[in-house]
Amino acid sequence: MIKIAKYVMYDILRNRFVMLYTVFLLVVTLSMFSLDNDPGKATLSLLNIILLVVPLVSIIFTTIHFFNSYEFIELLLAQPVNRKTIFFAEFIAIAFALSCAFVIGVALPMLLINFTDSTLYLVLAGLLLTFVFVALAFGASVSTRDKAKAIGVTLLFWFYFTLIYDGLILYVIYSFSDYPLEKVTLALVSLNPIDLARIIILLKLDLSALMGYTGAFYKNFFGSSLGITYSLLLLVAWTLVPLILAMRKFVRKDI
Amino acid sequence: MGRSGHAIQITLRDGAVLSFLLFISFSAISRTWTVGPGGELSSIRSAIQLASHGDTIRILPGIYREGNLIIQKSITLIGTEYPVMDGESKYEILTIAAPNVSIIGLKFINTGVGSINDIAAIKALESRRLKVINNLFENTFFGIYLSNSVGCLIEKNILQSNIDAEQIGNGIHAWKCDSITIRNNKVSGHRDGIYFEFVTHSQVENNFSHHNMRYGLHFMFSHNDDYRSNIFQNNGAGVAVMYTVGVHMKGNRFEDNWGSASFGLLLKDIRDSNIEKNFFSRNTTGIYMEGSSRCKFDENTFDQNGWAVKIQANCDGNDFTKNTFTANTFDMATNGSLVLNTIDHNYWDKYEGYDLNKDGVGDVPYHPVSLYSMVVEKMPSAVMLWRSFLVYLLDRTEKVVPSITPESLNDVHPLMRMAR
Repeated sequence: MIKIAKYVMYDILRNRFVMLYTVFLLVVTLSMFSLDNDPGKATLSLLNIILLVVPLVSIIFTTIHFFNSYEFIELLLAQPVNRKTIFFAEFIAIAFALSCAFVIGVALPMLLINFTDSTLYLVLAGLLLTFVFVALAFGASVSTRDKAKAIGVTLLFWFYFTLIYDGLILYVIYSFSDYPLEKVTLALVSLNPIDLARIIILLKLDLSALMGYTGAFYKNFFGSSLGITYSLLLLVAWTLVPLILAMRKFVRKDI
Repeated sequence: MGRSGHAIQITLRDGAVLSFLLFISFSAISRTWTVGPGGELSSIRSAIQLASHGDTIRILPGIYREGNLIIQKSITLIGTEYPVMDGESKYEILTIAAPNVSIIGLKFINTGVGSINDIAAIKALESRRLKVINNLFENTFFGIYLSNSVGCLIEKNILQSNIDAEQIGNGIHAWKCDSITIRNNKVSGHRDGIYFEFVTHSQVENNFSHHNMRYGLHFMFSHNDDYRSNIFQNNGAGVAVMYTVGVHMKGNRFEDNWGSASFGLLLKDIRDSNIEKNFFSRNTTGIYMEGSSRCKFDENTFDQNGWAVKIQANCDGNDFTKNTFTANTFDMATNGSLVLNTIDHNYWDKYEGYDLNKDGVGDVPYHPVSLYSMVVEKMPSAVMLWRSFLVYLLDRTEKVVPSITPESLNDVHPLMRMAR
């Protein structure tokens, strides 16, 4: 598995996209910190980048890469190698490459310039989001035969999780605003990895605002070590569940 | 007949006492009595009985359990190395009903607790020019209680009580007083740190009121008072001031007041007041104002608050000038579209306009009320979506085409740099 992953890594490095992604993240991070005197504000701006760009790049890159290396996968499948091994090798290679890009582009400079609780959680959230969206992309790629269709589906995923889902939550909150909604929103938020990542960081950045009536409820939940573990575990589940589903599909798939 | 004769007798005797006292005060300097182990007297009570106007009672180190001491003479009590006055959880310790009394350097512990009587460590009843300086208070129900008193000075005291007690009184409590000065005190663990009701023309300076159960400072109907350089920190519900005209607050710090009903500074029905150069930091709500008119807010700093200012639509004629707003989640919130207040020349870190002529004033107005702060005001649960892309888009759209937020609530001359 490691061997296959290594070859896939070479392939990824050769096509330069990940390099570009790294450089892009690095430039954004550094410019945010040099433009803004207040490191807190720079962290906030980076939060938006991480919540939008990281999932988008992860999901699109994975899909394109999967279909571009389709022939390579076919070749591997002709060999006496377990399908699961091939699948996980692909996943590990891509997730590792994108995480490296994130660590070099965002995590290292940010932790070096401004090491606080919130930046630490920001890095953690970014990494977990990378894993989640790589896994989702695998799900989409394995379920479709056509590259264009797969990209369409992944874009829809991204759009759904960044925008549509929050709109739906807002609609629910608006429609049922007469009822106590704390637990409901908590459950709803758990169903969206981007929201989960955002809330982990929100608790560090906007603590004062969250100390209001409902905020205090979330604060008590998410602010405790239990809540942090809960959200981190959910993010891990958001990686594992799509990944395992995709794997099962891949194993049975007629390629 | 007999009765009136009796009365005459008393007056005569009083007259004799008075002239005797006058004689003493003219013939000799006021005396000093020493109480305690090694002193000439063993109890403070007997010293108070023996002392006459103008005398000083020195209290040596030790523990004094003497129940309730009532002072009806103008005397000075001075403690050496904080002698302990123990109320044995039963008594009010000192009750003062005379002018020109000074209480210096004592330690008061364990007063009684009452739900009908406001039992205090030091209670002044219709006293004038009382001085309470450099005392310690521990586990007292009410700490210092001034009632109908004038010209008192409360200075350098440290009041600390057990916040977990079932019943708890105020640290420094003043009712119907005038021209009192409260400075350099530290109050914690009480119900309200400093409580004023009908207190006028008074100064509150350099006090540190923190970790009180309810309010750090709480006053009502207390006109023309001055509050300078105090720190109110981590109080259960912050600071609340009500029904008052002519409040002057300058250079105070309001910090770390967290909770939905907790405010850095709550202004209810406050009129014609100045609030300047204060510092509001890490509060859920920095300033909350309701029914307040003609107040001036100048050069305050709002940093890292949930809501820097919540201004209800029933406030009018208020003026926000040269304030600095940094790192607040929401700069302003309001509950209606009617705006009768002026907001001008403030610095907002969220301002994104430009300054073409470089005069330090932004060329486009700033709208401090964001759409989402109105949404959260109506639906508190929605705060969970804050900083999501959707909310960002909503806020942007609203900024371009204001429809829900009050359009006239804006800063026409936002500063490009923080006011100094």
